[in-house]
Amino acid sequence: MLDAEFFRRWMLTTAAAVDREADRLTELDSAIGDADHGANLKRGFTAVRAALTEEPPQTPGAVLVLSGRQLISKVGGASGPLYGTLLRATGKALGDDVEVTDAALRAALDEGVGAVAKLGGAAPGDKTMLDALTPAVAALGDGYGAARAAAGKGAEDTIPLRARKGRASYLGERSIGHQDPGATSSALLVGALADTAEAVSGD
Amino acid sequence: MTEGPLVGLVLVSHSAAVAESVAGMAVALAGVDTVAVEHAGGTADGGFGTDADRIAAAARAADRGAGVGLLVDLGSAVLTVKSLVEDEELPARARLLDAPFVEGAVAAVVTASTGADLDAVEAAAQEAYGYRKV
Repeated sequence: MLDAEFFRRWMLTTAAAVDREADRLTELDSAIGDADHGANLKRGFTAVRAALTEEPPQTPGAVLVLSGRQLISKVGGASGPLYGTLLRATGKALGDDVEVTDAALRAALDEGVGAVAKLGGAAPGDKTMLDALTPAVAALGDGYGAARAAAGKGAEDTIPLRARKGRASYLGERSIGHQDPGATSSALLVGALADTAEAVSGD
Repeated sequence: MTEGPLVGLVLVSHSAAVAESVAGMAVALAGVDTVAVEHAGGTADGGFGTDADRIAAAARAADRGAGVGLLVDLGSAVLTVKSLVEDEELPARARLLDAPFVEGAVAAVVTASTGADLDAVEAAAQEAYGYRKV
């Protein structure tokens, strides 16, 4: 069973990964975006870290809802409402339970990813964060490590794609050949989930 | 239809200057100062982007009880307002208007000034998509 502490550690692990990879995310975003993805996400997750430390929520759902709210208000770019929606929709799907099963998290993440697709009007193959998140959720049934691998592969698989959403879509064919920054940061989020699960189970 | 509160409007852009000046231009072209037109552009630290808290505050400030229409430019302005509406963080009768930013703003302010309801303001803003330039 996964408790609020597990979800808090997942968010803090994500924050650390975003700190570590911020320059790389911004570099990817400078190729096909407006070169602020790393800095924006870093600002958002710094706020997440502060909020979770000040007033630690008592349920898994509440941890994700609070984190999502911070991202929506602090990121400043399109990744704010997208990640905010992912975490909030997932958190709401988890409900008020104090502990949740792996299967419940899987189902909730599936809802969260669906909410992101609806908000952005995007689908897998559009060269967005969905290209990492969708295969990750599908692979979750085989464990957290499988989800991490699927997200990483999904992010790399965006390289040959032509962007159909966001600023990168204005580049047309020139968006081909670059890894999508949103899919890359999504892979960090999924990787942090796997790290947290492995640390908790003592692997 | 001129009795009672008027529909309020909020202009949301990546840029503080764009949001503010489109608001000013819409009011000037409408020739009225009776409609509450708020603007929420840029991030809290003065950069380009959107600030959800500032948008929500602008919507509350524009709310006179007849509803609030939000006009947005692109990218995070669209997504942030959509997620605020989805999560019911805006006044009860606040709505994202699907319209071109500048033309829609002028149409919306003029229509709101007549005492039209939110549906009519939305329809007028949306109609601005139909004004072909070539």
